[in-house]
Amino acid sequence: MTEAFVQDFEARAGTATAEGPEWLEPIRRSAMERFARTGFPAARDEEWRFTPIGPIAQGTWRPALGGAGEVTREQLAPFVFGHADWTTLVFVNGIYHEALSTIGTLPPGARVASLAEALRSDGALLHGHLARHAPVEGSPFTALNTAFLSEGGVVHVGTNVDLASPVHLLYVTTAEAGGTVAHPRNLIVVERGARASVIESYVTLAPGQAYWTNPITEVAVAAGAWLEHTRIQRESETAQHVGLTHVDQQRDSRYRSFSLAMGAALGRHNLHVRLHDENIETLLYGLYVTRGDQTADNHTAIYHDQPNCRSWEVYKGILDGRSRAVFNGKVFVKPEAQKTDAKQTNRNLLLSDGARVDTKPQLEIFADDVKCTHGATVGRLDEMARFYARSRGIPAAAADLLLTYAFAAEVVEEVTLAPVREELDRLVRSRLGGL
Amino acid sequence: MSSTVESLVNKEYKYGFVTDIESDVAPKGLNEDVIRLISAKKQEPEWLLAWRLKAYRGWQKMTEPHHWPNVTYTPVDYQAISYYSAPRTQKPLGSLDEVDPKLLETYTKLGIPLSEQKLLAGVVAVDAIFDSVSVGTTYKAKLAEQGIIFCSFGEAVREHPALVQKYLGSVVPASDNFFAALNAAVFSDGSFVYIPKGIRCPMELSTYFRINTAETGQFERTLIVADEGASVSYLEGCTAPKRDENQLHAAVVELVALDNASIKYSTVQNWYAGDENGRGGIYNFVTKRGKAAANAKISWTQVETGSAITWKYPSVILQGDNSVGEFYSVAVVNGRQQADTGTKMIHIGKNSRSTIVSKGISAGRGQNSYRGLVKVLPKAEGARNYTQCDSMLIGNRCGAHTFPYIDVQNSSSSTEHEASTSKIGEDQIFYLKQRGLNTENAISMVVNGFCKEVFKELPMEFAVEAQKLLGISLEGSVG
Repeated sequence: MTEAFVQDFEARAGTATAEGPEWLEPIRRSAMERFARTGFPAARDEEWRFTPIGPIAQGTWRPALGGAGEVTREQLAPFVFGHADWTTLVFVNGIYHEALSTIGTLPPGARVASLAEALRSDGALLHGHLARHAPVEGSPFTALNTAFLSEGGVVHVGTNVDLASPVHLLYVTTAEAGGTVAHPRNLIVVERGARASVIESYVTLAPGQAYWTNPITEVAVAAGAWLEHTRIQRESETAQHVGLTHVDQQRDSRYRSFSLAMGAALGRHNLHVRLHDENIETLLYGLYVTRGDQTADNHTAIYHDQPNCRSWEVYKGILDGRSRAVFNGKVFVKPEAQKTDAKQTNRNLLLSDGARVDTKPQLEIFADDVKCTHGATVGRLDEMARFYARSRGIPAAAADLLLTYAFAAEVVEEVTLAPVREELDRLVRSRLGGL
Repeated sequence: MSSTVESLVNKEYKYGFVTDIESDVAPKGLNEDVIRLISAKKQEPEWLLAWRLKAYRGWQKMTEPHHWPNVTYTPVDYQAISYYSAPRTQKPLGSLDEVDPKLLETYTKLGIPLSEQKLLAGVVAVDAIFDSVSVGTTYKAKLAEQGIIFCSFGEAVREHPALVQKYLGSVVPASDNFFAALNAAVFSDGSFVYIPKGIRCPMELSTYFRINTAETGQFERTLIVADEGASVSYLEGCTAPKRDENQLHAAVVELVALDNASIKYSTVQNWYAGDENGRGGIYNFVTKRGKAAANAKISWTQVETGSAITWKYPSVILQGDNSVGEFYSVAVVNGRQQADTGTKMIHIGKNSRSTIVSKGISAGRGQNSYRGLVKVLPKAEGARNYTQCDSMLIGNRCGAHTFPYIDVQNSSSSTEHEASTSKIGEDQIFYLKQRGLNTENAISMVVNGFCKEVFKELPMEFAVEAQKLLGISLEGSVG
């Protein structure tokens, strides 16, 4: 299967996919060579042991080529949180679509552009960040994305700039996406003392299409900066989604992430955060809701490299049907990272007998003066709570729904942007079956 | 640091003496002839030799697990080890009085005077394994009155071949893993226990292992069978003399608890840990597993203070409905010790329950990993697991790691996992010091409190030993 990608890579010469500053091509090429060498991860690879990548590795995938003629703003309305005024970059089948996009009012010092455009005009910025954060050695999927790096969104928020309203990177697929692979590459740079909120959505207009999205988002949060990052994965339930978000945080910065996964046959998301300096705060919240034969796979890694930092992580899952969830949360504490305060929680609710959870919270600690805890639970609704609800006159089905919703709401509440929170809340409720 | 602390820091491994007795040692190296030699020396039946050879052929195709355990060590040269070492005695031992006095002296140094124990109130029966041969089993006659079989493995093969053949490899098959296969091929001796139906073993059974000869490996195999409704508590202790080179210890323990039976297995492991530069010490690569039938209970308690490398995961297959599995562990690493230890609880039966309490203490440059698996299979309705896994770090050159795997395939089950890692509480130390305790005692008290949940599971005499051992292991780790 690897050769097909190499052929696609060689065939793209002379097309837009091969464009960009001259420093970029060697990066792409060496990433391609790396992927050609490694191929897809083997089943024995610990990082991929529980992830069913068979359909990806054995499939044949054409490069996604946009094809957005028939998509209208009305069709996108359900995905924009009622805020058509927010700066929104729309990508249809992996390709940036200018006519559907909105560049709202941005404060001076802030820039939002498609990667293709930024590659033409913001070379210096990209040179310092693009492909500098997410290591190609990290995974074959990263290598593959880097090899085909050409489309995506770039958000740059200059020193001390407060990006008043959120920026939305909206990836939409249509019926034409079937059998294709897209490798979106996003870059979010929040400079010193700046504040920003970025939403990243992967949605579909063609449920039932089998395509593959292989996105990477690189995030740099400079000293004293603040970023809220919301990631929504609602791909077609027959699609494959393997994504990576890599975050590098500097001194006194704050990164807050919320990740929702409801779509895709295989929805994998790796979230890696490296805390490079002191007094950093990292908050990671996640929710996955699966049914049928879906697999939701979340791998998070928090690297505490320096002292006096805090990380807080809560991932919750609700599983129905024969679906499966995989969670692997790693926390690394280096010897110099004294006074680290890290807490990680993964809770799973099983709604059916066929569902399965593999969770592996993992701590690797090399410093002594730290406070690190993790907890993981798997189970069904608490009998006592159900009994209580019913004793108060709530019918059994409604009680179960209420309790399940409450379980999810605990993390959805952590989304600070009210319009987004309300929309996600509605989404989760409708997925759980009304309320 | 006070002078007492200094002296304790520099304290040598207390059990590092070598007993000078002539041993019968097999030539170094491993091949089918060596296995035939071991089998012949032990006058084994044909089926056992065949079993060994099959294991050996399987082992040759296996690779040593290097990639997943969180330990690093110089690879073992399996051809540089002698696979059989026996104190030179001609005839089978009739009674303790016939045992070489030097051997008995060794045990006295270790603090288990067999001859003395005979006079004592009959609390513990000891089967002592010296290098590869069981040197004497106390209280055998008394146990036999109730039909309890407690003897060396070799003796069991000769006298109770049907029982051995039925259960050998039934929990840990010869092909289970690299070290278990090696053990199956070359195991030299070990203990065998059989508790008949409905019998509650009247005393604690105990084995004491010791590696004496240089460049030998110890490959003992323990098989404990508790028949329906029977119960037994078994204790195992280990020491080894101090040597520069690493020695391999690849043991296998199999526990079979039939319906309504209960087995409690306690270990205090104090193999030589190597010197402060990580030279020498025992490689402790052990496979321990129990199989619990309906309403049966298997409980593992371990205190791991020794060994250069510890690689062991005492596990329970909860096969029967309402079966119970427990794992209580204290693992201490100091110096350059590395431990990768934990448990596996495989829930198959309905309403099976498991409890895991693991306490890891890392000091010096030690690296301590907890690796555990809780697996709930689709048929395990109502299964429950509770895991608590705490680590304490003393000093900033050590590490604590946790790798818990939780795999749940049944929605009516419930699993909980909690883990924490923290520094030894400064405020607690401060409080104890202002109450007049010195630092060492204060630390000892805090650490003992940290491990209390596990120690309370140990039989009395072991609990006392474990607390002392813990103290010795950690002396000098706090400045």
